[in-house]
Amino acid sequence: MPTVYVTTREGEQRVVQATSGRSLMENLREGGIDEILALCGGNCSCATCHVHVAEEWLERLPAMSADEDDLLDSSDDRRSDSRLSCQIPVTDALDGLVMTVAAED
Amino acid sequence: MNSYDVLIVGSGHGGVSAASTLRHLGFAGTVAIISADRDEPYERPPLSKDYLTGDKDDQSIHLKGPDFWRDKKIELILGETVSAVDASNHLVTTASGREFTYRKLIWAAGGEPRRLTCDGRDLAGVHTIRARRDVDALRAELGRSERIVVIGGGYIGLEAAASLTKLGKHVTIVEALDRLLARVAGPPISAFFLDQHLTHGVDVRLGAAVSCIEGMAGRASEVLLADGTRLPADIVIVGIGIEPHVAALAAAGAEVSNGVAVDEHCRTTLPDIYAVGDCALHRNSFAPNQLVRIESVQNAVDQGAVAAHDVCGDAITYTSTPWFWSNQYELKLQTVGLNIGYDETVIRGDPASGRFSVIYLRAGHVAALDCVNSVKDYVQGRALVERRAAVERSLLSDQNTPLKALAPQE
Repeated sequence: MPTVYVTTREGEQRVVQATSGRSLMENLREGGIDEILALCGGNCSCATCHVHVAEEWLERLPAMSADEDDLLDSSDDRRSDSRLSCQIPVTDALDGLVMTVAAED
Repeated sequence: MNSYDVLIVGSGHGGVSAASTLRHLGFAGTVAIISADRDEPYERPPLSKDYLTGDKDDQSIHLKGPDFWRDKKIELILGETVSAVDASNHLVTTASGREFTYRKLIWAAGGEPRRLTCDGRDLAGVHTIRARRDVDALRAELGRSERIVVIGGGYIGLEAAASLTKLGKHVTIVEALDRLLARVAGPPISAFFLDQHLTHGVDVRLGAAVSCIEGMAGRASEVLLADGTRLPADIVIVGIGIEPHVAALAAAGAEVSNGVAVDEHCRTTLPDIYAVGDCALHRNSFAPNQLVRIESVQNAVDQGAVAAHDVCGDAITYTSTPWFWSNQYELKLQTVGLNIGYDETVIRGDPASGRFSVIYLRAGHVAALDCVNSVKDYVQGRALVERRAAVERSLLSDQNTPLKALAPQE
């Protein structure tokens, strides 16, 4: 069971015991990080599951699609470490992932 | 009798948004969600898509994690249908006879799938797609069903057709009007989606009126059209829109027509009663000169939040930019704005390429965009909609000119 270390918008540190095979977004929602709205339900159709991933983990994530890249452009909080959490499948290799919930747009 | 500071009727996106926004704002009173649905709050959009195909399970469509309701002290009263509202006594009664009092009531009851009026509408094998249990019932019959007739060529019907085609079923779409998506999209979008469904082997009958559904041994077997055509069917799916749940509020004296009338704070005409989401008839700055009811996640979530703010004494006005999406096959349709009342369309890109956008203009100003596999246009077109941009048609249609270059400065 991979562990994900989450910093919420209020700066609170949370630990989510994730399930491999589900997206990071679903794991955050199940883990009670309810500021992740994920309004489109994980379809890569909005940008309400936006997170910032710690530098050392970025390159271990699957590459970003053009659609994800374009959607992230809609956020004022876009940075080089931005990802949509619905586009990151959790695997055992992501055990220890460190991330922060992005600001609300 | 239970009493709540805020009682929310409906466990869809609107009701859940209202409840979670109340807690987010620090509201400390008692909050309950009462719903006819027996399932814990879930997302509806996947019901016609990944949940129907089985690509998503029930956990994947939870609106909130399992501990959310307890942690946030939001009581769920499931499987109870509100049958009456007494606004002067702040009292709600359910069909089973339970009574609840409230200080504020947020009506987020959505709607019921519109039913056919013809013979055969109640046969076994005739389904709708609105609640999770509807799709569970439909899925339980799929194994022994090959031929599926979908009545209604709107988003629900088309998404269901795409999902069932993916599962290898033979699907026929019956649409009463002369094009698909006639009520929600312009002709270029209709033509494109018709072509896509035909390409995937779906049989599409336009301008086709249903006479009746015929059955054998109490189960649907054929859909009979007005022109005498018989369409064999193991399953019939009816996707012809919803009727908003407004009867109890109308009986309580609220102003009701095609929905419950609300102001910009989602207040109904009754004291201490709000309405949000699919059932709320409201003035929307993106659709001038008329009242609208919008059936979308965006509208439900944002209106739920507006009502919650008002309850907390922090009135905000509903001004959100409308957005919507539909997934069919490998197609991602994204809409921003409202095309209601448009008088002109500009096509950006070549529909034959599978990537294009339709830009809707109202008196020369950008009112909405439908973007097919064109996320960049969707993201960048938002500013054109929000600023009601008046832009040269030749620039809008030129894919080499990014839409963000066309947005007027604020």
